Amino acid sequence: MFWESVVIALDGLRANKMRSILTMLGIIIGVGAVIAMVSIGMGVRDKVQKSIAGLGSNLLIVMPGATAPSGVRVAAGSTTSLTYKDAQAIAREISGVNLVAPSVQRQYQAVFGGKNWITSMQGTTPDFLAVRNFEMADGSFISQRDLDTRDRVAVLGRTVADNLFGEMSPLGQTIRINKSTFRVIGVLATKGQSAGGQDQDDLIIVPLTTAQERMLGITHIHSISVQAENPEVIDQVQQDIATLLRVRHRLQPSVPDDFSVRNLAAVMATAEETTGTITLLLGNTAAISLLVGGIGIMNIMLVSVTERTREIGVRKALGATYANILLQFLIEAIVIGVTGGLIGIAMGLGASYTISSLFGWATVVSVGTILLAFGFSVLIGLFFGLYPARKAALLDPIDALRYE
Amino acid sequence: MKETIAIKDIVKTYLMGDTVVRALAGVSLTIETGEFTAIMGPSGSGKSTLMNILGCLDRPTSGSYKLDGAEVATLSDDELAVTRNKKIGFVFQNFNLLARMSALQNVALPMVYAGVAKNDRLERAKKALTIVGLGERMHHRPNELSGGQRQRVAIARALVNEPTILLADEPTGNLDSRSGDEIMEIFCELNRQGRTVILVTHEPDIAAYTRRTIMFRDGLIVKDERREASACSGKA
Ligand SMILES: Nc1ncnc2c1ncn2[C@@H]1O[C@H](COP(=O)(O)OP(=O)(O)O)[C@@H](O)[C@H]1O
Ligand SMILES: [Mg+2]
Repeated sequence: MFWESVVIALDGLRANKMRSILTMLGIIIGVGAVIAMVSIGMGVRDKVQKSIAGLGSNLLIVMPGATAPSGVRVAAGSTTSLTYKDAQAIAREISGVNLVAPSVQRQYQAVFGGKNWITSMQGTTPDFLAVRNFEMADGSFISQRDLDTRDRVAVLGRTVADNLFGEMSPLGQTIRINKSTFRVIGVLATKGQSAGGQDQDDLIIVPLTTAQERMLGITHIHSISVQAENPEVIDQVQQDIATLLRVRHRLQPSVPDDFSVRNLAAVMATAEETTGTITLLLGNTAAISLLVGGIGIMNIMLVSVTERTREIGVRKALGATYANILLQFLIEAIVIGVTGGLIGIAMGLGASYTISSLFGWATVVSVGTILLAFGFSVLIGLFFGLYPARKAALLDPIDALRYE
Repeated sequence: MKETIAIKDIVKTYLMGDTVVRALAGVSLTIETGEFTAIMGPSGSGKSTLMNILGCLDRPTSGSYKLDGAEVATLSDDELAVTRNKKIGFVFQNFNLLARMSALQNVALPMVYAGVAKNDRLERAKKALTIVGLGERMHHRPNELSGGQRQRVAIARALVNEPTILLADEPTGNLDSRSGDEIMEIFCELNRQGRTVILVTHEPDIAAYTRRTIMFRDGLIVKDERREASACSGKA
């Protein structure tokens, strides 16, 4: 009986092709939109989450320059207030600090053989690797000895290694950075893009002292990465660093900070929350269009019941029970919902694939979303089909047969 | 002989605005198994109302209706549906075939609701169509058939679940006289095979095929006569 009803329902839909398609369109657009929107939203959130993890856990970044009341750092990097000694003092005097990595950076052209690549050179200390959650793919990271001897050694990010060396192993090779030669001692494992779309593998790491004295000719540093022991102490550590640096820089109480301490994880968490809200919003909008699709189903089913009153009368005269007729129209509504849902899923997947390949946005298609959207289209067919189907099933056979 | 139908004091009233229309004003009647009966009477005399009640499509306002000895006036809607499906074959003046289905599918439809397996359904539907002389055209849709052929399909559909009674409300009313005679010959044959047949007609020529004529006027039986002779061609 069930499959009979499915066949009857499909026949009915086929008999009114244009109308069926138009009715399904609501569900198709609704389901498609839900899947595309949620995929995009989840993709963005995924990316933010990954880059938070990639940043390094419990990370604080100290930079020179004051923070304006608006929260925007003014004159970034223009002041020379931060020094290697500040970094060492933070490591030595503040409790709850795990690792400290001071660094300087500058854009340089790196050359190997006939190839060159413009990238960011980071001068830093061995703790940088752990603080910023990098891992080695090959070779070794810079050591304290390299730092002490101002050695000209370099560790390459994956992007730099690929662009300068291609398939070849860079280990032991000599590259030129701004006319100085450096020996490559290691390659970092790839980290991918940051939330802002930056390539985190596009960098060269050299010892801090080498960069300061041999390349930049400066004594100050550009930033200090600080890893707190755990999330509970991070706010305290942030305050303690500010207090310590004010003392070290001999700032009068009336003078604002000449540095800023930022908790990047907190910034990212806010960003994540925002993307979560956006996902919810997009999802809700799409869900509303699904609802509108459902109302479309109800509308067309009511028309269908009225149009087919005589048919219902004939079926009842031949022995169809309440349940038979109810099932026939319910299945018809569900078939519209399911068919629309399946087409919608295909469209949604196509849309999120197109969006991710066309705009480079990350999209995450989860089986859960698909099942949810599909389940919803079945339920919508069921829910909005119930009233018209009941109306049909309750028709009096004589009245239905007399209907003109 | 066994009583297939026994109705007693059947009343059916309709409320039209504030006037009460008595379509049936207390009708009692018995019909025995194997009888071939015509119901006649002027328009509006209550013939269709009675047929609908006999066919379990409608309920009487009061009175008793025993079909095969069982009271049906008190059955629920779904029980009535089952009764229509199993015990009654109804033929309508306007055929009431489903336009989107072939003749074969139309004939098989009552068996869908009887829960007959698909293969059996088609087999039995073919047999029923052959009985009414439409073995050749079973894949045609109703709009590809003549009026007479459509009514044959409808008769095949009424037969297919082996009902106790065949009811036909003006089965020849929409047909030319030749097709009407052919349809009546089919009813003759079905009756000869032992089926109880009741039909409504305006035309004495059609009523002449039967062996009992019941006259209606104003919702009451005014005449009820049996006879030996019938216009059936009489071939075995
Ligand atoms: N659904 C209805 N509502 C109101 N009056 C009805 C209805 N059906 C039949 N009638 C009335 O009942 C009477 C008998 O009708 P019917 O049985 O159709 O007559 P017949 O078939 O003999 O022409 C008529 O007066 C008709 O107007
Ligand atoms: Mg009538």
